[in-house]
Amino acid sequence: MNWRLIKDKLAQRSFALLLILSIVVIFLILVGLVTKSVPLLKAESLLKILSGSVWSPMKGDFGFLPFIMGTVWVTMISLVIAVPLCILASVYLVEYASETLRRMVLPLMNVLAAIPPVLYGVWGVLFVVPILGNYVSPLFAVDTTGYTVFAGGIVLAVMIFPIMISIMVEVLQTIPHELKSASLSLGATKWETITKVILIKAKPGLIAAIVLGVSRAFGETIAVLMVCGNIPQLPKSLFDAGYPLPALIANNFGEMMSIPLYDSALMFAALLLFVLILGFNLISRIILNRLEEKAQ
Amino acid sequence: MSNVKKRLLKEKLAKGAMQLSGMLITGCLFFIVGTILYKGLPYLSWEMISQTPQGGFYIGKDGGIFNAILGSLYLASVSTALATLIGVPISIYVHMYVKSGSFLERACKLLFDVLFGIPSIVYGAIAFSIMVWMGIRASLLGGIITITLLTIPIVVRTIDELLKTLPIDLKHVTFSLGSTRWETAKMFLRYIRPGIFTAVLLAFGRAIGDVAGVLLTTGFSDNLPKYIDEPAATLPLAIFFQLSSPIPEVQGRAYASALVLTFIILTIVICTHILASKQQKHKI
Amino acid sequence: MHAYPSIQTAEAQDLTALSTPHIQIKDLNVIIEGKRILKDINLSVPNNSITSIIGPSGCGKTTLLKTLNRLVDDTKGVEVSGSVLVNGEDIYAKDAEVTHIRKKMGLLSQKPFPLPMSIFDNIAYGPRIHGERDKKVLKHIVETQLRNVGLWEEVKDRLDASATRLSIGQQQRLCLARGLAVKPEIILGDESTSALDPLSTQTIENLLIELKKDYTIVLVTHILRQARRVSDYILFVYNGEAVEFGRTEDILLNPQNEITRQYVKGFIS
Repeated sequence: MNWRLIKDKLAQRSFALLLILSIVVIFLILVGLVTKSVPLLKAESLLKILSGSVWSPMKGDFGFLPFIMGTVWVTMISLVIAVPLCILASVYLVEYASETLRRMVLPLMNVLAAIPPVLYGVWGVLFVVPILGNYVSPLFAVDTTGYTVFAGGIVLAVMIFPIMISIMVEVLQTIPHELKSASLSLGATKWETITKVILIKAKPGLIAAIVLGVSRAFGETIAVLMVCGNIPQLPKSLFDAGYPLPALIANNFGEMMSIPLYDSALMFAALLLFVLILGFNLISRIILNRLEEKAQ
Repeated sequence: MSNVKKRLLKEKLAKGAMQLSGMLITGCLFFIVGTILYKGLPYLSWEMISQTPQGGFYIGKDGGIFNAILGSLYLASVSTALATLIGVPISIYVHMYVKSGSFLERACKLLFDVLFGIPSIVYGAIAFSIMVWMGIRASLLGGIITITLLTIPIVVRTIDELLKTLPIDLKHVTFSLGSTRWETAKMFLRYIRPGIFTAVLLAFGRAIGDVAGVLLTTGFSDNLPKYIDEPAATLPLAIFFQLSSPIPEVQGRAYASALVLTFIILTIVICTHILASKQQKHKI
Repeated sequence: MHAYPSIQTAEAQDLTALSTPHIQIKDLNVIIEGKRILKDINLSVPNNSITSIIGPSGCGKTTLLKTLNRLVDDTKGVEVSGSVLVNGEDIYAKDAEVTHIRKKMGLLSQKPFPLPMSIFDNIAYGPRIHGERDKKVLKHIVETQLRNVGLWEEVKDRLDASATRLSIGQQQRLCLARGLAVKPEIILGDESTSALDPLSTQTIENLLIELKKDYTIVLVTHILRQARRVSDYILFVYNGEAVEFGRTEDILLNPQNEITRQYVKGFIS
């Protein structure tokens, strides 16, 4: 009898220890990132780092704007493509599709989510880049190899499809049936019910799904790196090459560590990513948790 | 056109647009797998998957990517095992020992939700600078630690979702037989056993496919992974490196390597799916 | 809101005063997330009889049941004050040991929850965790308890089969047997027949009536007819207060309190 209670307590203590350890690790990551970024922040003002557009570490210029803009461009492009498609598709799945179709499509989304980034990258190189370079860009009278922010955006859009669809479907399924019947019985068509009732009601959840998609897009490294050119410049159009933040870290870490402040600058890039993604995740999770509580 | 007709037309158009976007999205999947299959199959050979790189492999001479396949399997299995050993107790703790609805419970769940979204490049960068600081070079061990950190939140979240589906009455029933919380937890683990396998497979898939985390921490090697403190090759990195080569033969091998990775991932997904449907059958 | 004075009929008082009652509730208050769910409950549950707790849904009757074996601890934001004495020991005392308390009380929940194992292991689960390892003893316990609930003849050839394969009525009887196997003194039933068909309901009810010679039984039910069929005593709970307690026929036919009268006549529900 006593032994059982001891076992219980033992389990409790050791599990708690694991939890505390993992929380400590996260905390250490944050502390590590900050301390490593301090040298750069001491050398230059935060404002100058964030708004400077010249990146030449050899001369001591660490302007992050090209990378920030690179990330913003690819993320925006991917959202413009993915958001409408995902909303339409998930509404279709919840409101129109038969149970069998839904059961077939949702697992496929899991497959899409399970495909590793590098394979998306390979697909981007094999398919998206040549199409953009050889067929699409001539239509706009631009000359490009196809390694552009546009290519990065398209690959990213496909990568964030699964997470957005699965959350949007979940959100739409929490909308009470009565609400739909009420609108339909007033003589509204299904589409009118969707735009005027369901989407309005589902708005916070949909926004949360989008924000999660954004944070996924922000952090995606390898697939984007493979297709978007990696030139530290401010992209001005869809067909310019860009250089997103994660790619900066991946491409340069470990090399050229002898240049003063270089590793500090890369750590600052990691810190920037960490903080942004933490923020985005926090917002969307809080919204989603609240919705879930309401649904119960 | 009458008002009603106009509205019905709108309905039809909207439905068409929705069907189209649904097809586009699901089409992407087949498209990606198809492209890799089409490009990779001609280059796939037994030699590719059974040999290590020979001299001049990276300019198109003999050899294969066995080192990378083995390295990836090794890295992913050890990391997943560690992540399971750490992650399952954490979710049990949060579910069983922490008072439900308390601040601690909410904070923990939120924390792991958020960690789930932190990109692997951040983990990789941190692990790399810690390794530099401690004087450890890029090695299998470094990769294992990084990937374990990356997969813990995946395990915790999936198990938590599973535990949430168990009715509260079940907890009460086992409690009322005089079980301690630990005994009840063991019972719960029994209930969700197929689900745990799913979580593990999911984490494994994520671990084996990750590049950004291993890029900085694991390095690359043409030898089979023998020692944990030596650099090791991984499949995604092999794809990445070979693809950036200008030599067509090497690029072709990148496609074939991508095909091998696709095959591994699809196997995992199919296993997960079978297990998940089993889980549903036993549902109460 | 005014308080309803708890009325006990003279006979009931006599009866509970006879011996130490199994369960004695004193000044029990339960607050959940700032809302007072139970207010100043005082009650002595008579031994070896069936007491039904009745009342409209949301009145706190299930919470009351769950305070008896401290399952209420598991609720979000709960505060309990007052005391519940089982065999004279306060289960809310600081040094009280929860698993030990719960072992004394078998719970029959709304829906049957067979554990994911064989029929045999379901019943052996409780004795096993409490330290019984001897196979012969376990076999004996399983057979006795299955006979107790009249399930032995139906399942004796397939004790190794999964418990989930039984019909829902059989499952509920299995759960009752499983609860009895840890040798409780008290059986708590939380609308235990609400998921069952009429025939299974009748079986369970008859079982409970039979079991009361060895156990003290407390049932929560929202079906008045069931309370009439099985219980010796009835507690009427309304708005978190114990309004009236007494013999079944007194409460149903001759309630002292106006609200009780309205409830049993079906004016409020």
